[in-house]
Amino acid sequence: MKTRLGLIGALTASLMATSAFAGDVRIMWYSDGVEGDVIKDILDRFQKDNPDIKITLDNVSYKVVQEQLPIQLEAGQGPDIARVTNIKELANHWLDLRPLVSDAKYWEDNFGATLDWMRPDGSDAITGFMTQLTLTGGFANKTLFEQAGVDLPGETATWDEWVEASDKVAKSQSTAAAIAIDRSGHRISGPNVSYGANYIAADGMPAKVDDGVKAFGAKLVQWVGEGKMLKETWVAAAGSTYRAAADDFINAQVPFYYSGSWQVANLSAKIGDNFDWVAVGSPCGTAGCSGLKGGAALVGIKYTKNAADVAKVMEYLSREDIVKEFSERTLFLPAHKGVVDKGGMNWASQDKHVGPALDAFVKSAGQTLPASDALPAWKWASAYYGALVTRISQVMAGEMTLDSAWARIDQDVADKVAQAK
Amino acid sequence: MTERLSTGSKVGAALAAPVGWLATIIDAPLKLWQRLTGLGGMAAFFLAPNMLIFGVFVLAPFVINFFYSTTSGAAFFLADRTYVGAAQYSRLLDCGSYLDPSSCREDLFWNAVHNTFWFVTLQVALLIVVSMITALILNREIVGRSFWRAVFFFPVLLSPVVVGLIWKWILQRQGLLNSVALQFGFEPTEWLTDRFWAFAASITVSVWAHMGFFTLILLAGLQAIPRDLYEAAEMDGTKPGRVFWRITLPLLMPNLLVVLILALIRAVQIFDEVYVLTGGGPGTSTLFITQYIYEVGFASLLRNPGLAAAASILMGAVLVVLTLIQLQIGRRGEKKGARE
Repeated sequence: MKTRLGLIGALTASLMATSAFAGDVRIMWYSDGVEGDVIKDILDRFQKDNPDIKITLDNVSYKVVQEQLPIQLEAGQGPDIARVTNIKELANHWLDLRPLVSDAKYWEDNFGATLDWMRPDGSDAITGFMTQLTLTGGFANKTLFEQAGVDLPGETATWDEWVEASDKVAKSQSTAAAIAIDRSGHRISGPNVSYGANYIAADGMPAKVDDGVKAFGAKLVQWVGEGKMLKETWVAAAGSTYRAAADDFINAQVPFYYSGSWQVANLSAKIGDNFDWVAVGSPCGTAGCSGLKGGAALVGIKYTKNAADVAKVMEYLSREDIVKEFSERTLFLPAHKGVVDKGGMNWASQDKHVGPALDAFVKSAGQTLPASDALPAWKWASAYYGALVTRISQVMAGEMTLDSAWARIDQDVADKVAQAK
Repeated sequence: MTERLSTGSKVGAALAAPVGWLATIIDAPLKLWQRLTGLGGMAAFFLAPNMLIFGVFVLAPFVINFFYSTTSGAAFFLADRTYVGAAQYSRLLDCGSYLDPSSCREDLFWNAVHNTFWFVTLQVALLIVVSMITALILNREIVGRSFWRAVFFFPVLLSPVVVGLIWKWILQRQGLLNSVALQFGFEPTEWLTDRFWAFAASITVSVWAHMGFFTLILLAGLQAIPRDLYEAAEMDGTKPGRVFWRITLPLLMPNLLVVLILALIRAVQIFDEVYVLTGGGPGTSTLFITQYIYEVGFASLLRNPGLAAAASILMGAVLVVLTLIQLQIGRRGEKKGARE
């Protein structure tokens, strides 16, 4: 009887465990473009050389990573490795690979600039690496501008100039709106900083909403009110729900779209030869022309039962040749110092728009402001982003005034800080 | 034939044998149990499996949820969470005026409460009227009656997400409705980005999705009304309106009350189809309580399960009141039936 109960107990425990069998490594992965296929290909090769490790690649939607993974992690569950963007906020759940990898110095030398983005404050843990570096920035539909007879604004053009020029195009070509911006606090934070915003107070805690945030926030509301900015992306949702406006740009519904470098592969695949498009960096504000850096990281999860195997997989994927291949095939900007320093990226695309677009983002990366560069490694960034989206979209919908929104944002962020204590 | 029966009997006996053995085995302990506890004990014994399921899947989660509502933090396990007493409830109920969400500390919750109140009021009223009219029509001898009954019931079979997506494709900026309107020279309407139209769309879509179920209940009630009452009224030359108010409506009242309570409970719980259709927007115009709980507890960038649990307890209290009303009405109906 005892044996039977023991067997049942063991079976139950094995079913409940995420990866109970030695050698099993489960990876949660989301894709913006073709990276799901590329990583599968790379992992298949690893699998051939390491038959003792069984890798399961779960391709999930970004929403799953954003909404379900954090709950799994809070419950001490989850995959063994995950591709995530909310890397600082959840840093307590990442596995410290430092004692597991064969050469920790390799990681520090090549990923040192971004390791702080994905580990708890004050820690020297190596928790993973950025699969891509991203930078927010704009895209213009060159064909629509040409058809409208409007010149593309220059490199130092302001947001107002871009909106004005795009509005002329929109009126001439009867598009739905002049510009579209993803519904995301992350997306408007570069522009906020360009108008002088700084979210971080001297003590490292969230600062009150300042004039920079107010300046660009007011512009967003005004543009929506005037029909210049695509209303539905921001207005037709509540809370901090993420909405991309990529499809509206792809369908030539807006001449100007502000998103980020990760869209290059997506635009290339979906626009094809339908029209010419260019990446134009971030328009300027009063303080600069800043985008916001970020990206997706591949991290080990500390609840894994197979830490040694996880480290093996991570070491393979972080190899210089693998990072280079992954970046070239996915059209993502690499975060590996060795790859960047050596240059000579052979982007795997026949699309004439891709090379110049990636070059434009690399050039734009040099224009980010310090207040923007501090955000990826700042613990409270997500709290700020969520509050910005929720409240500004309420103003756009006519539910509250801008002044009320600023007060609410301060309150929301303070609540989040208090809640986390 | 004889051989078949014989084979059937053998199979039946073979199947019944284990049941017989089982009965023999448990007979003695059951008899002992009955002798020790009486008939009440036997009732408890047979109710135990159901009560166990109820306890594990309903009562225990409710109790755990209540404990969550007295804690704060993002941790998942109760033991890791900080006890804060009634702080989450205080935060939810901290208002200058409950009629003005902007005066409330947790304004999004009160926006959701207001929206839910108006949604429930308007949706249930419209749902009952539309279901009633549809049931009255389907109760008549119309051509293709069975076909029409199936047509009106069909949306009930659809997943709420499918309902939301279908209507989104119809109502979005470049959706079917605006395309048709453009063909006829009308300006496109912001069905999903205008606060009024988005709220109206939520009600309409919800009524469309659920009316089939309630129509069916009312139709069953209509068919239970004795035909001779209508024949007598017809012989008396009673006008159709008077027949409806004096015969149909009073005799349909028990069904209508069931429909009313069920519709109220469903409306308070509204979430999926509206979430897919509008995402709670524009702004918070179609943010209802269930979505608020979901957003706060699961979807926001920094979750607050304690606050979400407190909101769900308050919502649960409303549902309990509605259910008690339903039970009370049901009992009153049973007593009335027994008297008659």
